[in-house]
Amino acid sequence: MQLKTEEIGDIVLIVIEEERMDAHNSGTFKEQMLALFDEGKCNLIIDLSAVRFVDSSGLGALVSGFKNASAREGSLKLCGLQPQVRSMFELTRLHRVFEIFASVEEAQESF
Amino acid sequence: MKDKVEVDIIIPNQTRYLGLIGRIGEDLVHSLGRYSGDREELAYHLNLVLTEAITNAICHANENDPTKQIQIQISASDSSLKIKVFDEGEGFDLAELTTSDIQDTDECGRGIHIIHRLMDQVNYHRSNKRNVLEMVKKLH
Repeated sequence: MQLKTEEIGDIVLIVIEEERMDAHNSGTFKEQMLALFDEGKCNLIIDLSAVRFVDSSGLGALVSGFKNASAREGSLKLCGLQPQVRSMFELTRLHRVFEIFASVEEAQESF
Repeated sequence: MKDKVEVDIIIPNQTRYLGLIGRIGEDLVHSLGRYSGDREELAYHLNLVLTEAITNAICHANENDPTKQIQIQISASDSSLKIKVFDEGEGFDLAELTTSDIQDTDECGRGIHIIHRLMDQVNYHRSNKRNVLEMVKKLH
């Protein structure tokens, strides 16, 4: 998965640089998040503003990250969802699971 | 005369082709002659249903076997979208997948549920030594 990471204090900002999150790249994304958890980084903000399409595999990868962060007493928060991506969270009721913010700044302030 | 567009594609059993088929599905919706609903939403939904159905065929039915293929047929008219996704695997129990409960923190299992939410008819059956997942969405 093409992405950029930036450390803001004890938070890691992950900016996804793919238009699609699907079964082709979500497995790699899970591994990339696991590598961060292994380094003890468990407060993540995922910026999805470049993502135009997400399927159930992409959502599954985010759920995996959410569970791993929570298990380590950290959190995984989302921001920058495009309307169709947001509708996927509503379709699958995952908007009740994730904390979703409009911008990176708002997500950062919530920690 | 009614407009009708038919697409028939064969891809290798690899997830790298998901984006290609999804784009074809979206373009097909944008080329429909008459559709009074939200075209962007329908395009996204067709992309999604194709992606979920093909992922299921590649990973579950064909068990990621690189020697197998997936055939996709899409038929679009003023009144409906019809999709068929053929796999060469042993098949799976659609009813069992459909009735399984998904918990909020489950990582897998949402694909078939999404297809059922977005399509009006869904069935999966054996056809000439292959299996086919058939999905229909009424447009009016």
